[in-house]
Amino acid sequence: MMLFALPHTRGPCFVCRWLCQCLYWNVGNVRMDREDTGRASGTQMILGLCVFLLSTTSTVIAADQSVLDAEQARVAMIERVAPSVVAIFASSGNGGGSGVLITPDGYALSNYHVTSGSGTFMKCGLKDGKLYDAVIVGIDPTGDVALIKMLGRDDFPAATMGDSDTVQTGDWVFAMGNPFLLATDFSPTVTAGIVSGVRRYQYPAGTILEYTDCIQTDASINPGNSGGPLFNATGQLVGINGRGSFEKRGRVNVGAGYAISINQIKHFLDGLRGGRIVDHATLGALVRTGNDREVMVDEVLEQSSAYRRGLREGDEIVSFAGRPIGSVNQYKNVLGIYPDGWTVPLVYRREGKRSEMLVELRSLHRASELQAKPKGPEGPRPRPQQPPGDPKKKPEPKPQPDDAPHPPGGPAEEAKAPEQWKHLFEEKAGFANYYFNQLEQKRVLAGLSEFTSLSALTGRWKFAGQTADNRAFVVTLADAGLGMTIGKDLVFFQPLDNSEPQDEPPNTGGLLIALHHFKQMVTTGPSSFSVVSYVGSQPLDGRGPTVDVLATQAGIVQTRWYCHRQEGRLLGWDSSLGNDVDPCSVRIDSTAEFDGRRCLGTWTVRYGDQTFGTFHNAVIELQAAK
Amino acid sequence: MVALKDTARMNRLLRTMLCGLLLITVTVVECRAQSTSETIATVSPKVVKIFGAGGRKNLYAYGSGFVVSAEGHIVTVWSHILDGDSVTVVLHDGRRYEGRVVGAEPTLDLAVLKIDAEGLPFFDLSIPTPTVGPGVRVLAFSNVFKVATGDEPVSVVHGVIAAQTTLSARRGVFDAPYSGPVYIVDAITNNSGAAGGVLTTRTGQLLGMLGKELKNNTTHTWLNYVVPISQLQTAITEIQTGKFAPRKTQDDEEKTAAPRRYSPRDFGIVMVPDVVTKTPAYVDRVIPGSAAAEAGVMPDDLILFVGEHLVASYRALRDEFGVLESGDRVKVVVRRGDQLLTFEFTAPRKNIEP
Repeated sequence: MMLFALPHTRGPCFVCRWLCQCLYWNVGNVRMDREDTGRASGTQMILGLCVFLLSTTSTVIAADQSVLDAEQARVAMIERVAPSVVAIFASSGNGGGSGVLITPDGYALSNYHVTSGSGTFMKCGLKDGKLYDAVIVGIDPTGDVALIKMLGRDDFPAATMGDSDTVQTGDWVFAMGNPFLLATDFSPTVTAGIVSGVRRYQYPAGTILEYTDCIQTDASINPGNSGGPLFNATGQLVGINGRGSFEKRGRVNVGAGYAISINQIKHFLDGLRGGRIVDHATLGALVRTGNDREVMVDEVLEQSSAYRRGLREGDEIVSFAGRPIGSVNQYKNVLGIYPDGWTVPLVYRREGKRSEMLVELRSLHRASELQAKPKGPEGPRPRPQQPPGDPKKKPEPKPQPDDAPHPPGGPAEEAKAPEQWKHLFEEKAGFANYYFNQLEQKRVLAGLSEFTSLSALTGRWKFAGQTADNRAFVVTLADAGLGMTIGKDLVFFQPLDNSEPQDEPPNTGGLLIALHHFKQMVTTGPSSFSVVSYVGSQPLDGRGPTVDVLATQAGIVQTRWYCHRQEGRLLGWDSSLGNDVDPCSVRIDSTAEFDGRRCLGTWTVRYGDQTFGTFHNAVIELQAAK
Repeated sequence: MVALKDTARMNRLLRTMLCGLLLITVTVVECRAQSTSETIATVSPKVVKIFGAGGRKNLYAYGSGFVVSAEGHIVTVWSHILDGDSVTVVLHDGRRYEGRVVGAEPTLDLAVLKIDAEGLPFFDLSIPTPTVGPGVRVLAFSNVFKVATGDEPVSVVHGVIAAQTTLSARRGVFDAPYSGPVYIVDAITNNSGAAGGVLTTRTGQLLGMLGKELKNNTTHTWLNYVVPISQLQTAITEIQTGKFAPRKTQDDEEKTAAPRRYSPRDFGIVMVPDVVTKTPAYVDRVIPGSAAAEAGVMPDDLILFVGEHLVASYRALRDEFGVLESGDRVKVVVRRGDQLLTFEFTAPRKNIEP
């Protein structure tokens, strides 16, 4: 402690220097004694040694360079990252919390329970002392995350996101934010602590809000810190502070705060950028701890992907999404960090045999559950002393969201949107802000530009070529219907006369319909679908490159289009003929030019865990509309 | 020659001292080399989660403990969690055991459990524990708020020793279950479920056992105290080896120790009932015709001195009267309003049982 209290002197102080000089003098004498059979007295040498010892000791305390360097590095780090910390205020002036900028164009993370009480537009203060307007972008009510966009600059100071999987118990961490709304000049409060635990699972606290795989710290997290960043010692953003264990001592820090890990947020980030109300996932199976601490599958929903892939009651879950599973909490931790619709590997053991499957995760909630105004966090602040004799009071301490001091009685009154920015908000059911979904749709649709030359060709399409197992095939996509022949004998047909879409060819999940929708997408464009929305990003088929996901719907057919997140090009799509069935997956292995027009070259069709076939287009006939 | 010999000796001395210095430096370096996460990795497996009775109202049903023998002796605090027939002890790796209480020392707020395990990592209490002073950086490990269940490691918080002092449990102010030397920590170590956890140095040396939550009823502040291992060591070892006999409690001592030869009543003084720890020695009433009445003692007098001794409370007064001998002259100083008055009377003859 003393080390911190000392001024930043570099090197020994004056007294020490003087002592050192004495020492040199004495050491010199010793050497002389040896050569000249000694004139120096022993007393002198002992004195010298004492001085040496003394000076050594004091030097260590006063100027351990590594400590001073570490201190300087810490100060510099805080200086560097503090400008990215946001003080969030409801535009009505009631309540607030914290946040952190993650991009120069103003995207900032916070807690859902902060923004949900702050309205659509809010005011955000930065360390520069200025107040900026901000608009809600996307929310994750289950994970308690919100993405907002600060407005008016494209050079905001942004924090760098770290890798929260590398965070270890004992690491130094720094929480920043606006606890108790103290900072009137918006300069953030910094509290330091260590990581008390990692991969913590925190049960839902009376709401759908659930903290999984979170970071526990003893850095002070107080009301108002909500939504603020947790930085590691190098100033990388590793978490968003959002919760504390509060019990009998009132709503102040008692040494146990929780931060949502940034790696979890990264999974949801693109969905949030898309203005969505994102949902978490379920496997569609109940699990329990077995006698030997193994995690057993208790019950599997027949509608779930896990069931279709063969997971059954009594199977033991060995690993999930690449992480070994040794307890139900670990399983919940893994499950909790993934958005619905993601595909993750699952390894299970049945009768001693290990098997692996890829499962698609289902939505955890119905849309209505997510849109319902969340209960709890906006309510009156729990008083430190509970009214006596409340029989329903839960005995277990439940960590509570350390919500900012919202006034009692519900969400803040919606303030008027700033005239300058009101075009940045568009209300639509299922979205936090549909304006941003449209932005992302445009970005992803731009990736289809390599097929632009097909846009006018809405007439009959014909693909002919060879399958990978050397059978000839012909696909015909006409207005009246869709047909396909494979080899000499197999003929498939799907009429387009408002009849039910069929699984044609059988066991493809509806390949003809899937190809029809591709044609619609690259010719007529998104307007040919009744619903279009940007979903977010995910690794293609669980292990592939990160792709943007665009969802469309026409009738009962839902299609998810996958475009490379960086390069933009279309990598494939999944079309499903209903809910809770495996889709027909078409993956574009390559595109090819036909008469100067780029179209599908080689493509592979999968259904469930089976590959139906790989097709090489040799000849393509594409007609314009009559 | 003398000078030469002297020099040689001095050189030897110098070498020895330099070697010593070098050693000191090496030790320092070694201490530093161990990072906090390494310490945590060594200490965490020796701390356990305990689940037992409770779970109603504000009585949490979980706590912490630490392993002190490879065969599964576990030290924890004496609490309501242990009220059932057995408790569940969960090790750092998720292994669950049934634990039973093998001994307890209520005056130390200590209990020792035993689980049927082998080869556990444990704190070796035969290694002397360091005594540390204020400013020493420490880590506290516990199952605070039941954050850790199953195979999750317990929570770790950091802090410094704020004081080394004696906790005197006083009814009404600090309802502490333990009196004696303690470390006070600046971190919030004593939360629900934390009691029974450990406090260690940054290098993982065991310092003490985390105490219970303790609130000062006057100031409404919470005190984070830790009982040094040196206080617990003997009792733990005795319980482990089966040689333990519970110490006499304070009440037992009071019964036997302090003589009660006389009481204020023997002089006709009835005191205000002793309701709190330090009930002031107010006179409630004076029995007419008694020695006190004759001397002039009146109701509402506050007795300040008995003889030369200041009596700060009723109990102190009782002790002073208790040691009187038959025929002693008693001088009593009382405060009545703004006045200080002195009265004297003689201790009456009384048949006192030996």
